[in-house]
Amino acid sequence: MYNFDLIKPKTLADAVAAMGDGAQALSGGQTLLPTMKQRLADPGTLVSLTGIPELQGVCQGDGGIIIGGATPHAVVAKEALKYYPALAALAGQIGDPAVRNRGTIGGSIANNDPSACYPAAALGSGAIIQTNAREIAADDYFLGMFETALDDGEIVTAVKFPVPQVAAYIKFVQPASRFALVGVFVAKFADGVRVAITGASNNGVFRWSEAEAALSANFTPDAIAGLTLPADDMIADLHGSADYRAHLCGVMTKRAVIAAG
Amino acid sequence: MTKTTMTVNGKPVAAETEGRTLLSAYLREGLGLTGTHIGCDTSQCGACVVHVDGKAVKSCSVFAQDVEGADVKTIEGMANPDGSLSVIQQAFQDNHGLQCGFCTPGMVMSSAALLAENANPTETEVRHYLEGNICRCTGYHNIVKAVMATSGQTVPAE
Repeated sequence: MYNFDLIKPKTLADAVAAMGDGAQALSGGQTLLPTMKQRLADPGTLVSLTGIPELQGVCQGDGGIIIGGATPHAVVAKEALKYYPALAALAGQIGDPAVRNRGTIGGSIANNDPSACYPAAALGSGAIIQTNAREIAADDYFLGMFETALDDGEIVTAVKFPVPQVAAYIKFVQPASRFALVGVFVAKFADGVRVAITGASNNGVFRWSEAEAALSANFTPDAIAGLTLPADDMIADLHGSADYRAHLCGVMTKRAVIAAG
Repeated sequence: MTKTTMTVNGKPVAAETEGRTLLSAYLREGLGLTGTHIGCDTSQCGACVVHVDGKAVKSCSVFAQDVEGADVKTIEGMANPDGSLSVIQQAFQDNHGLQCGFCTPGMVMSSAALLAENANPTETEVRHYLEGNICRCTGYHNIVKAVMATSGQTVPAE
């Protein structure tokens, strides 16, 4: 790994001030450290976000729940349970227990790995991504594989989730990495259903609008029985072909609808 | 280089670090605590699991400077004060929960973290909790038996 200076500010204001040229925010580091070990990233400065109390925790607010950007998955799995069980369950299935004690929601959302779980929850819930500078709707935030609307130096400070009537996340696990081979988040709100799919597309997480329309009219697995997604833009690797992933999207969506009830 | 301090196994310690110094390297090379093993160095195998402020973490995927001041516990801190094996370590020995022993430090630390959270886990919960710890001797069943035995439970024979 190339060397760097590590800064660990105690306030968000200090962290923002430290995000100068060549600086990279470090949250739990469960993706960034392996990336740096492979010399795929070479930041001159890492600004650790793990020592900032205002970025921690789960609370109710703004008609939903607000999760601090540097809150580890294990804390979300526990503390979001009473507010938003489907989100807590998703957090509790990321990686393994030791990874969940370090990895954070803000880190996952900022990285936007095409197979990560949290982007499906954020997009599927219609969450708001709060940064040090602004608020961004999830629909405008996820731009493509490892691409987001964040500017250089911008820090995810919180993610605000509206809480749906019912929701569920079902992932077909890639057994070695425990990332989603395909993961589907289904959320039913009073004004309609949202379906977000991760792990499948070369463009990262996306909404399946045909399934949303069908499920908004009839929230049963049968409602999407005839629907398919084209395999053109699907990820193909040694774990699954594009056709297989396209097929899994339908299967996982049905299972998520059943699980949501 | 800068001096990084923390508490390891109840004692205040200090060692020189760079930004890139991993907690695993800090423990092994800085402090000579080589009980924490490095298997894959990519956070897959779990041999390097230690407790940081009571939470199990993979020490190969944490920077030492990022946990400055933390309370760290390693496998060297698991034995009883008189040097005898702790209940969980004794259970690994009694149940043949190790073969080559390379994964054992991480297995013991992860198991201890599980039992601190959940004193009476089911066999399924034990297997799920240990999914980030790989045993290449594939001795999982006896490891699970050891964890169950620590919590006063038995596992039916295969």
